[in-house]
Amino acid sequence: MTFAHHRHAAHCESGVVSNLISHHGVPISEAMAFGLSAALSFAYLPFIKLSGLPLIAYRQPPKSIIKGLAKVLAAEFRFETFRTPVAGQARLDELLAQGHVVGLQTSVYWLPYFPEDMRFHFNAHNLLVYGKEGNDYLISDPIGEQTVRCDAVSLSRARFAKGVLAPKGLLYTMQKLGVSTITPQAVRKAILKTCRTMRAPIPIIGVHGIRMLANKVAKLDPAAHASSLFVGHIIRMQEEIGTGGAGFRFLYAAFLQETAELSGMAVLAGFSERLMVIGDGWREFALATARMVKGRDAMNPTKLADLLHSLSEQEEVFFRDLKMAVT
Amino acid sequence: MDLQNVPQEGNKTLGGHRKAVYAKDAGGHIVAVASKGWEVEEIVTSQAVEEMRALAETARQNAINGLSSPLEYWMYARRMDLLLLAQSTGIWRWRIRRHLRPEIFARLSPNLLKRYAEALGLTIQQLQRLP
Repeated sequence: MTFAHHRHAAHCESGVVSNLISHHGVPISEAMAFGLSAALSFAYLPFIKLSGLPLIAYRQPPKSIIKGLAKVLAAEFRFETFRTPVAGQARLDELLAQGHVVGLQTSVYWLPYFPEDMRFHFNAHNLLVYGKEGNDYLISDPIGEQTVRCDAVSLSRARFAKGVLAPKGLLYTMQKLGVSTITPQAVRKAILKTCRTMRAPIPIIGVHGIRMLANKVAKLDPAAHASSLFVGHIIRMQEEIGTGGAGFRFLYAAFLQETAELSGMAVLAGFSERLMVIGDGWREFALATARMVKGRDAMNPTKLADLLHSLSEQEEVFFRDLKMAVT
Repeated sequence: MDLQNVPQEGNKTLGGHRKAVYAKDAGGHIVAVASKGWEVEEIVTSQAVEEMRALAETARQNAINGLSSPLEYWMYARRMDLLLLAQSTGIWRWRIRRHLRPEIFARLSPNLLKRYAEALGLTIQQLQRLP
């Protein structure tokens, strides 16, 4: 049994939802799914801890890509959560027997096909199940180049992991798709939403969030071991956790480029170029940080904070101009 | 980022997998391309993995020296901390903290042992011992 719409993606949720919609007959790219759901963001959430470190997100919260896209495409998704693993597995088997391709939210840690060093307790991973053979589920995990298998016990454990963002066995199926063409109006609306988020007058969100993180970094003690862990953690959130590079900035640039081909949207091509340049700036920040973590350069929180401040300013100008261009 | 700048350094933390990143090709189109990994990611991932390995190793030494129970070792070996273990088992943190003491752990009821073993993906026999 094979799944024709498995495509390698940078990010699990945009990958899963674009593959699922493609499976239902409307080919849509990962970048389009990401951009149309206005998923780009920045949030520094010091009160949510992952292994003792604050949550730093370069995108909107889990499920917002699916829900955002469902709204734009007038699609109906059905979400179900379960009290017990037994009920969750029974329902999954039932849906598969009916021929559905089923989306799941899982923990990364309990998935045996993940590389050992990537298995952290992160609960908002997404994947598609397209079949079952014996005791193995057939899985299209967009983070991988190929489809994989996962035994029932491990998958159940991954679906019912506890902690921050616990999936509670969440599964989802697509019921129907209302719209199959993407209009310039829908694109405009999505872009404006992202511009609003990025320039929201809230200290922990968007460009202000970047600035707040910069201030936090500036205050780190260069000699403390915890400082190195903290800045290393920022880079993991930005680069390692499937973002397509530069904390989703390259992915969003791909979206802007794709939508520039729609009628009357040619101006977006230039913005795509500009965002690629800003993305390169994020990569430079990652490189500078990694060199300090590794000890090749002396730990210099001030320098890292300056880089973040500069990125915050560049994005402020970028999203202001982008808003003017599409209104 | 241009296509020729996409890192292909062979990040060992990816375990041979390749990840998708977005870059500009020669014609200026932004495309998804498989990357074998970037040293930057390898550095920060290894840092996080090493940190957890060190915690587990310290806990193992403490358990050998009778200063803490095997539960502490298994908690860190499963890349958890007190908070996550509490959330995973439904046992309060202060109670878990007590159970990290070897003399108290030795007297735990089978029911509590079972809850810990399930949350950590172990058998009760494994939980009571160090590897």
